[in-house]
Amino acid sequence: MLHLVLFLIFGVVCVAGAVNLLVQSHPINSALSLVVVMGSLAGEYLLLGAEFVAAIQVIVYAGAIMVLFVFVIMLLNAGAEERTRGSRIAVLFGIPGLLVGSILLAWVLVARSGSQAVPVGALPGPPREIAMLLFHDFLLPFEVTSVLVLIAIMGAVVLAARPEAIEHTKKEG
Amino acid sequence: MSASATPLAVEYVRILPELVLSIFGMAVMVLDPLIDERRNQRTLGNIALLGSLAAIIATLYQSQYPGPGFWNMVNVDAFSVFFHFLVTTVTAIVILTSYDYMEVQQIRAGEYYGLILFGAVGMCLMSSAVELVLIFIALEISSISTYILAGFRRRAAISSEASLKYFLLGSFATAFFLYGVALMFGATGSTSISVISQVLRSGQIPVLAYAGIALMFVGLGFKVAAAPFHIWTPDVYEGAPSPVVGFMSTAPKAAVFAVLLRIMFEANAPGRLWLIWVTAALSMTLGNIGALVQDNVKRLLAYSSIAHAGYLLVAFAALPSGGIPAAMFYTASYAAMNVGAFAVVSHFASAGERYVTLEDYSGLGRRSPLLAATLTIFLLSLIGIPITGGFFAKFYVFSAALQANLVGLVIIGVLNSAIGAYYYLRIIVMMYMREPREEAPVPAAPIGLRAALTLTVFATIYLGILPGGVLEYASRSAAELMRQ
Repeated sequence: MLHLVLFLIFGVVCVAGAVNLLVQSHPINSALSLVVVMGSLAGEYLLLGAEFVAAIQVIVYAGAIMVLFVFVIMLLNAGAEERTRGSRIAVLFGIPGLLVGSILLAWVLVARSGSQAVPVGALPGPPREIAMLLFHDFLLPFEVTSVLVLIAIMGAVVLAARPEAIEHTKKEG
Repeated sequence: MSASATPLAVEYVRILPELVLSIFGMAVMVLDPLIDERRNQRTLGNIALLGSLAAIIATLYQSQYPGPGFWNMVNVDAFSVFFHFLVTTVTAIVILTSYDYMEVQQIRAGEYYGLILFGAVGMCLMSSAVELVLIFIALEISSISTYILAGFRRRAAISSEASLKYFLLGSFATAFFLYGVALMFGATGSTSISVISQVLRSGQIPVLAYAGIALMFVGLGFKVAAAPFHIWTPDVYEGAPSPVVGFMSTAPKAAVFAVLLRIMFEANAPGRLWLIWVTAALSMTLGNIGALVQDNVKRLLAYSSIAHAGYLLVAFAALPSGGIPAAMFYTASYAAMNVGAFAVVSHFASAGERYVTLEDYSGLGRRSPLLAATLTIFLLSLIGIPITGGFFAKFYVFSAALQANLVGLVIIGVLNSAIGAYYYLRIIVMMYMREPREEAPVPAAPIGLRAALTLTVFATIYLGILPGGVLEYASRSAAELMRQ
């Protein structure tokens, strides 16, 4: 029972943080809401029996990546965003669509899949099992991710280099 | 599944083309600063070309060692070899068409060729991956490299706009795909396509699986520019460098269609029929109607590619025995004609992509008879005139759909082909029956482009005259795919 209550509390905090992230107009406030989302997600993982993932979630996402976010926002000295009124189609169809979608999903999860529910702790949680998954069963996707990261770095270089800078290196070379 | 703790040597052969492409991609990046600036572009292009040719050879070698690899992550079969061959060949042809474009537009070669090769790694992996997590990562590799390639005309604001739009919308679509994968995992307890297939074929289908399939289809539908997820296409195709458009309208699409074929047919996706029916009908209609009013040739071809995604999706609504080979044949012939068409467009556009409107094409038949004739062949193939690959592609798709009793969809398809003929013919009429605005002849095609055009024209005509070999191979691989 306590488990369920904690799960609900973390869930509500997480969704509230996500909504606040979208509503806030100042980037710093949005970034701090994201910390709340990441932190409460870590709580959810812990309740599901995934200690290791929860720890990583706190260290990497709530810690390292968020620090980076906040640094970038401060370096760019980003001010409050200007708001447009948004697209009318998005409001007309988006909000009812979202409601219908989430109700449908909730209904499916609650009513239909009760028999197939996975008990807490049945999925791999301890570091040893995660390691077996990551470096054995999922070795190839793990290694291929390095190509993905490499491409992302190249993209940053290409898009960040100014056209003039390209000219400059050309002449020097 | 191999029980050993480390992968066997033969399993490395099963990812050999990807390994070769990655190694050459890194070689291009590392050598970039070491080579003399003046010869930089051409040398790096040669290395990249060599890489793609080596990958083609690796694919042919790999075809002798079919089977699963890396604990059922990849599976080499006739199906994956077909798409590997297609992707690597398109890569080689696009590199050939890029040589002179790069010099004219002053594009940095190291990153450009590197991204093309790494993108091809993702596309190859997509066609042999049989596990949704690996498919997702491969899809991201292919997508992210095309987002960046779209922004390579640094001096043109329109190119940066294309890149940013593509990136934002593409990331959104990727999130849909990922959510679909998560729901599918929730519904079946696995991300392996063969396990999912077993669960879905064993009696009651979990309701979550429908949602999973629908969301994955949204994500993949975006990547192939199928309506109603096609809005990005014209802007991105207009802004991106022309050789890149030739690349991204064929190779990543072929790879995504391979993934779709595996998910829809091999995993026996529930709710497939009506999902595909609606998307195919919408794509054909919106694509063709949109193309009617375009004055920019790149935008016109963008709408045409939406329409062609629609024709191709018709095959997905058919029965597996007819639909899979028809879709494979269509992908191959579409790749040949579209890469070729964009090669001509990119050469004719010249520095800064100045000549891209329909008016600019007036009198091209007189200014450059050979170039105009080549473009005419590609356009006739896009219409679907006999003795070109496009004819048999449409023929097989529609007859597969008729076998599955999809008369309504076939009627929509045939009507759309008739509409499509109008705007393709408009370009041909412009080229041959209008006075040229400028008398100056178009500069002769450089050697790389000539080789690329020869190959694509040959492939287009070959598929139009002797389609039997390719179709038979496709049928065989479809049978193999469905047996698993």
